[in-house]
Amino acid sequence: MNMVLPEWRIDDSQKPIAKNMLLINCPWCGPRDQSEFSYGGEAHIVRPTDTDALSDQEWVDYLFNRENPKGEHKEQWCHAQGCRRWFNAVRDTVTYKISHIYKIGEAPPGESD
Amino acid sequence: MQKYSIFSLARNALSYHEQWEQAWRSPEPKQEYDVIIVGGGGHGLATAYYLAKEHGITNVAVVEKGWIGGGNTGRNTTIVRSNYLWDEAAHLYEKSLKLWEGLSQDLNYNVMFSQRGVMNLGHTLQDMRDIVRRSSANRLNGIDSEVLTPEQIKEIVPIMDTSPNTRYPVLGASFQRRGGVARHDAVAWGFARGADARGVDIIQNCEVTGFRRDNGAVEGVETTRGFIKAKKIGVVTAGHSSVLAGMADIRMPVESHPLQAFVSEPLKPVLHTVVMSNAVHGYVSQSDKGELVIGAGVDAYIGYGQKGSFNTIEGNSAAIVELFPIFSRVRMLRQWGGIVDVCPDACPIISKMPVQGLYFNCGWGTGGFKATPGSGWVFAHTIAQDRPHPLNEAFALERFTSGALIDEHGAAGVAH
Repeated sequence: MNMVLPEWRIDDSQKPIAKNMLLINCPWCGPRDQSEFSYGGEAHIVRPTDTDALSDQEWVDYLFNRENPKGEHKEQWCHAQGCRRWFNAVRDTVTYKISHIYKIGEAPPGESD
Repeated sequence: MQKYSIFSLARNALSYHEQWEQAWRSPEPKQEYDVIIVGGGGHGLATAYYLAKEHGITNVAVVEKGWIGGGNTGRNTTIVRSNYLWDEAAHLYEKSLKLWEGLSQDLNYNVMFSQRGVMNLGHTLQDMRDIVRRSSANRLNGIDSEVLTPEQIKEIVPIMDTSPNTRYPVLGASFQRRGGVARHDAVAWGFARGADARGVDIIQNCEVTGFRRDNGAVEGVETTRGFIKAKKIGVVTAGHSSVLAGMADIRMPVESHPLQAFVSEPLKPVLHTVVMSNAVHGYVSQSDKGELVIGAGVDAYIGYGQKGSFNTIEGNSAAIVELFPIFSRVRMLRQWGGIVDVCPDACPIISKMPVQGLYFNCGWGTGGFKATPGSGWVFAHTIAQDRPHPLNEAFALERFTSGALIDEHGAAGVAH
């Protein structure tokens, strides 16, 4: 018997997504329902090492200030109810469409190391 | 301004209600204003209203990219209360609640403020400790608050399942009787009409695209309808605060999240108070039309899309049905999302900015509606006097540098 998967299950993140639902392409497990994932906020925020020399303003920038863009956003996700591994995604914050998924440690798409 | 009264109603009935004057004008923007308010939601319109009423500044424009009240003002669940834990927040929200209590008279516009009480449920021992603590803190600040037992809750809300058999049994609640709900559209329209009557220009379909600055001071705003000059600009754009701040090269400690709500088909009166629960994450009231107005928590991710995830409202519905089994077969009519800008300490920023003449009122997160009059009142003072009112001094942007955060995650708790 051939099992026919609904289109949104076969699909990768390049195609339109079911209404109000993100389908997230885990780099290890493939496309899974958004409810399996937890959000980890803005990506590529590096913890400062020279903390003694840091000004208050630099602390604010690290601790509290965020890009919060209307448009493409580089962010962290965790496949919390799957492989439990973290990865990065580039997602449009208006359409919620994910354009790129890349592993932690990799350079964001379009940028070199 | 034509005063609304029983007599004007009777007089206009004679002309088949075809002669009512427009509630506000739609003027072309002037070249220059004393103050420009960016954002024609409740907070922005209230700011313009109190600028004119309290400070005599009437050469004011409210610039709105869509239509007034079309953003979060028209998308919230209209809950009003002031039971916040810390003195700074409690005083600010209590000022707002006091303004609510006289608002319909003040505006000569029925905002349908209904003080039907707001109940915050506790489901764990720690919930109850927090509730008793917050309730005591409220009373010390002169804010009414009671702690209820499950039996007392059952008397007020007989349809709630307060039995010990639920997944998260109801152990008690705090109850603010002066809290309640108001008609959200009427709040925007009432403030708009009041501001317009005092000379404020309300300019709709006019999006701000940039700030013109010189020597660290604002000169005006670039808009889709041309440049408008002003030495003082107040920005009240909720979910889009980061975007607007970015136009002035300022980074903000806020993140914008989708927040969803939905309403049911109209029912006969069944719930005459507001019930909220932080622990199971849901809140519900019944509107005067009979619809159940149900609110969810925010979606964890950043979003400007005015829509959220289905699993958020699924979890929210489950919580409501657990509390109110009688609602299990109620059909939902509409669902929507708004964009809320959340601060790390769940408190707003009502502040002067590093750019001279630029003021921001943002970061209200999930609970801005209740603050509408108070927020406008203190922000008008901040703009008019170029310094904060004692009520909003603590809510400056500098608190993130000084570390003097006001942690209201407990009182803000469930999104509402």
